[in-house]
Amino acid sequence: MSTSVTLPVDSNEDVVVVRQETRRWAGRIGLSLVETTKLVTAASELARNTLDYGGGGEVELRLVEREGRKGLSLVFTDEGPGIEDVEQALQEGFTSGNGLGLGLPGARRLVSEFHIESNPGAGTRVEVIRWK
Amino acid sequence: MQKIPILGLRDLLLVTVQVDMHDELAMQLLDDLTSKVAQTGAKGVVLDISALEIVDSFIGRMIADIAATSRVLDADTVLVGMQPAVAITLVELGMELKGVHTALDVEAGMDLLQRLREERT
Repeated sequence: MSTSVTLPVDSNEDVVVVRQETRRWAGRIGLSLVETTKLVTAASELARNTLDYGGGGEVELRLVEREGRKGLSLVFTDEGPGIEDVEQALQEGFTSGNGLGLGLPGARRLVSEFHIESNPGAGTRVEVIRWK
Repeated sequence: MQKIPILGLRDLLLVTVQVDMHDELAMQLLDDLTSKVAQTGAKGVVLDISALEIVDSFIGRMIADIAATSRVLDADTVLVGMQPAVAITLVELGMELKGVHTALDVEAGMDLLQRLREERT
């Protein structure tokens, strides 16, 4: 069985596939129902960002391990306009709850690790990991 | 094209979401439901999400929009059957779902809508 897969994020249907595949891979490392729901929800948020703000891109799902602990990593990349002010996008006021911003603070709360690189004109890369 | 069915039940509308909705389907539902509320003069909407394993911010906003739009058309909305894992995730995500009543199941939802209507008159 493979340890990683790359999926396109170029349409609304792709976002549904990302959710389904994330759920399947979460099952492979034995995440609990709540852990899985949180991770799949985070994946849905980030996939939607990649599509709506990034103009489309891809996500790599990868099984990872650190100090004997299993985890699932998702790396979303796009070559879109990039985020002007990453600091601001990560602030609480910019949650997805009120329809503004990218929902990054919310997604960050749902995972174990959250890393983001983005610059105007240089696209965006977001990696999230859920450790078992 | 796939559409989510909306059932008329006396002066209520019952919607049971059974598929993992992609964005277009969700927006189609908002349109269809709003039209039906206006057309039928329904006083309440029961939105059954017991089959949804994932509710992200987009779906959450759509639910809030359904409630807000229905309210403008003089109908209340009650969300029923939310799975516990979904509830935990929504709280963590920071979604408030303003203006959306909740109940455990369809029957409790219909009772709540009845009570809300009685309070208004």
